[in-house]
Amino acid sequence: MVLAFAFGIVCRLIKSELAIPRDLYTSLSIYLLFALGLKGGVELSHSQWQQLLVPAIVTVALGTITPISSFLTLRYLGRFSIADAAGIAAHYGSVSAVTFIAAEKFAITNLGEGSVAPFMPTLLTLLEIPGIQIALAIGVIGLAKAKRTESVATGSPVQDVSGPSFGAVWHELLTARSMVLLIGGMVIGCIIGYEGYASVKPFFDKGEWMFKGALTLFLLEMGLVAGSRLADLKHAGAFLIAFGIIAPIVHGALGVYMGALAGLNAGSCTVLGAMAASASYIAAPPAVRMTLPEANPTFYLTAALAITFPFNLLVGIPLYFRMALAMVGNDLP
Amino acid sequence: MNTHTLTLLTIVAEALLKDRLIHEVRHAGAKGFTITEVSGEGSRQRRVSEILGDNIKIEVIAKQETADKILTTLQKDFFPRFAVVAYMSEVQVVREDKYV
Repeated sequence: MVLAFAFGIVCRLIKSELAIPRDLYTSLSIYLLFALGLKGGVELSHSQWQQLLVPAIVTVALGTITPISSFLTLRYLGRFSIADAAGIAAHYGSVSAVTFIAAEKFAITNLGEGSVAPFMPTLLTLLEIPGIQIALAIGVIGLAKAKRTESVATGSPVQDVSGPSFGAVWHELLTARSMVLLIGGMVIGCIIGYEGYASVKPFFDKGEWMFKGALTLFLLEMGLVAGSRLADLKHAGAFLIAFGIIAPIVHGALGVYMGALAGLNAGSCTVLGAMAASASYIAAPPAVRMTLPEANPTFYLTAALAITFPFNLLVGIPLYFRMALAMVGNDLP
Repeated sequence: MNTHTLTLLTIVAEALLKDRLIHEVRHAGAKGFTITEVSGEGSRQRRVSEILGDNIKIEVIAKQETADKILTTLQKDFFPRFAVVAYMSEVQVVREDKYV
């Protein structure tokens, strides 16, 4: 699968005209997210809610910390503008579903079936939203404040910084494709349980050929997109490149550590670490573009797609896995 | 043939703005519009169409005042922050009541 991603990058480097039609890309992402939600729901219908509580709290805490730490680092160490720093922070506060799938697969390959807690997809949906919201709020409030200071200094009237209201942003985030598919899939999965799932399992299950094939094609497309963004790396600057590598390591370590505190096993800690370390590229970009259009998309998309995503895939996930083993050990029978 | 002169307002914008622009067009009192998917390049930095979608073109035929109203809104809320261009021209139509 990593090879498909690399192949996508190579195709762009040799300037091949290969392109995945946008409709196929959309279809693949719908399929992957729905399959993820469905399986998560089926597992959820057989697990106890009490087990979920502490990991859920820890996940929301992670979703609160990562956008703030990202923003502060970018703003005060990287000297990015308020909008750019908040835009990038929204991506790092949110989570990448494909990184999640890759981390889960890595843990299962190394520790065996059942080594990742069944409620992890629920945590994925919990982590998706708060990070984006917090970073956007920081950005919008920060910009409004800056404009007010500026207009006081120049004596000009306060410019109206109208944008979509926070209600509209909430609505957009909660009804975004990724959110609706994950939650809808989970609800359906919860209702149908194992018996109902058995009839669609060959089509949707993560262990089946169909899912693996779709994921491979999706990664090829990700490679193509990342490859076309490589040229933008030189605009991104050394600081952003370093941030795209160091931020996931720090957030990943934090995720693993907090997972261990919540009593998760090694496999689940690996996945939680990868989730905290990953940067969104499905839900976050449109939300940021709508609410913080002042932020330069070159920065946030290049960082999330061309730096952090491949880094997590190749180096990050094995690293979080080692951290998890060191912290909680392999307690599986 | 009995033709009337009306204004054709053409807006080219990033696809993400579709719903908000439709809202503005309707709000200004236009009776209808046509949207097509388009692509191109402009003065802003290279568009990131892989993730955020291509451009759309919205065409509105309306009274001069309606077109002016939309253009004023665009100038205030959209031009400074988003990738949008808009231009007006005169067109001849039959069945004027269809548009105003």
